[in-house]
Amino acid sequence: MSDSSTQGSERLNALLRKRQFRSRLFEWVCAGVTGLAVVILALLLQDVFVDGYRWVDAQFLNSFPSRFPEKAGIKSALVGTLWLVSFTALIAIPTGVLAAIYLEEYAPKNRLTHFIEINIANLAGVPSIVFGILGLAIFVRFFGLGRSVIAGALTMSLLILPVIIIAAKEAIRSVPNSLRLAAFALGATRWQVIRAHVLPSALPGILTGIILALSRAIGETAPLIMIGALTFVAFLPESPMDEFTALPIQIFNWTARPQETFHELAAGGIIVLLTVLLLMNAIAVYIRYRGSKK
Amino acid sequence: MASLNGKKIRWNEWVLEKLFFLCAFVSVITTAAVIYILIEETLAFFETVPVLDFLTGTRWTPLLEPKHYGILPLVAGTMLIVIGAAVVALPIGVASAIYLSEYASHRTRSVVKPVLEILAGIPTVVYGYFALTFITPILRVLLPETQVFNAASAAIVVGVMVLPMVASLCDDALRAVPEALRHGGYSLGATSYEVTTRIVVPAGLSGIFAAFVLAVSRAIGETMAVTLAAGATPNLTANPLESIQTMTAYIVQVSLGDTPSGSLSYQTLFAVASVLFVSTLLLNILGTWVMRRFREVYE
Repeated sequence: MSDSSTQGSERLNALLRKRQFRSRLFEWVCAGVTGLAVVILALLLQDVFVDGYRWVDAQFLNSFPSRFPEKAGIKSALVGTLWLVSFTALIAIPTGVLAAIYLEEYAPKNRLTHFIEINIANLAGVPSIVFGILGLAIFVRFFGLGRSVIAGALTMSLLILPVIIIAAKEAIRSVPNSLRLAAFALGATRWQVIRAHVLPSALPGILTGIILALSRAIGETAPLIMIGALTFVAFLPESPMDEFTALPIQIFNWTARPQETFHELAAGGIIVLLTVLLLMNAIAVYIRYRGSKK
Repeated sequence: MASLNGKKIRWNEWVLEKLFFLCAFVSVITTAAVIYILIEETLAFFETVPVLDFLTGTRWTPLLEPKHYGILPLVAGTMLIVIGAAVVALPIGVASAIYLSEYASHRTRSVVKPVLEILAGIPTVVYGYFALTFITPILRVLLPETQVFNAASAAIVVGVMVLPMVASLCDDALRAVPEALRHGGYSLGATSYEVTTRIVVPAGLSGIFAAFVLAVSRAIGETMAVTLAAGATPNLTANPLESIQTMTAYIVQVSLGDTPSGSLSYQTLFAVASVLFVSTLLLNILGTWVMRRFREVYE
């Protein structure tokens, strides 16, 4: 082999090594950056836990908010959130699921249907605070519902409806068509087909969507502030027309105060809130897992 | 046995179909209601404050004398948050999407994906707490001139908040690139770096762009974290270490006080919300349009 060609292949080898090194470096950088997401989550949970774990006890869960941190608790916030989510579920689940059934099983392929679909997709992207303004103008002021549980639940329902509809539509669409055709062939009406065959098969997907939508409703703060739920509430609502406060509102209230002790109370509230949300998430994952096994 | 009365069955079916249609139509009513109330109150606002003053004024002091109604400081505050959030979320989101779609094993995916889902599910008020009690103190050690309430800290957490969305949309975009394109690159002797950066990412670029647009829209509408961490000082500045106010934070500030309906400060809520609504709507339409066009290429 001549001298120049050895030199040439050495140069080629060096170039190749450089390219391979760059490639491996790129993979490591991407892996490291991906790991960052995990690190951020860990930091966030650790920050909240360290600040707040001392406060989370029976007294904290069982006391009303107070000017004195050591007496303060989240009883009215927790009960308020429960009221809010219950009524939101009562309104949003039937409306959302039935809307999805209409769009997937009944709707003709025309301009109106297309318009409704686009409209739902766009509503899903509207900032939550705009829904709050809508709730303030329509439910609180126009219908005169005041700062009540029902005004909050109606506002929240409008906010999570697109989420439920989109998830339920996807679940219904994944039901194999042969199931419908078999039932139609036996003479079942459209509603009978849906009730007896489509809905049961789509149920795991629909339930997952509902749980995720409700956990969004539990964590939302801005729309509730808009409709005026941020007031000092040291009582429990007894009817849907009563004023209320909610867990994220209480957390916001404590975080917005300058004193360190109230920040710790906020962290305590966050621990309770995240526990509830993680539990709901786990249930959703479990349902999805069982659904996929079938 | 169900009754075989055909007329009754048809009647029932007809009623149910109309009922289901009404449920679907609720969304249209919602949109119409949002647009109606925003337009109505905003027009009332413009009867007192000229449109041009509102859109080009550089001072926003509707709650203090002398009152000024120029929205530019709020827009500038929002832009600071958006730019900061994009600086955080875009590189991290795209890089993790590349890792997830091009390199990660099935097992790594099954760990990272749920972590991203959890990050996406954490309420924004919690991110606000995190910004205020964790990120701001760190910033103040690193850069002592940082104010207690500052745009940077809020921008970072908003970036973290939109990160899962960016990562998952980019992941979808990259995975939609046909495997044959990659094989073509490898068969020519390209390294995985070269295949990823010269073939896969360019092919998925429209999806990445759509993710970027949708993330910006989300960052504009983000409310609680910026209210808690960025402050309440309408401030026409480009310095992220200063206290600012975003459009959303202004809306919260006003609604925390008791504003009688019909008053000018009540109307400012709707004027600001109109700007917010229109800008997020336009971005969302742009984002989904780009995404739909891009889907047509490979399916």
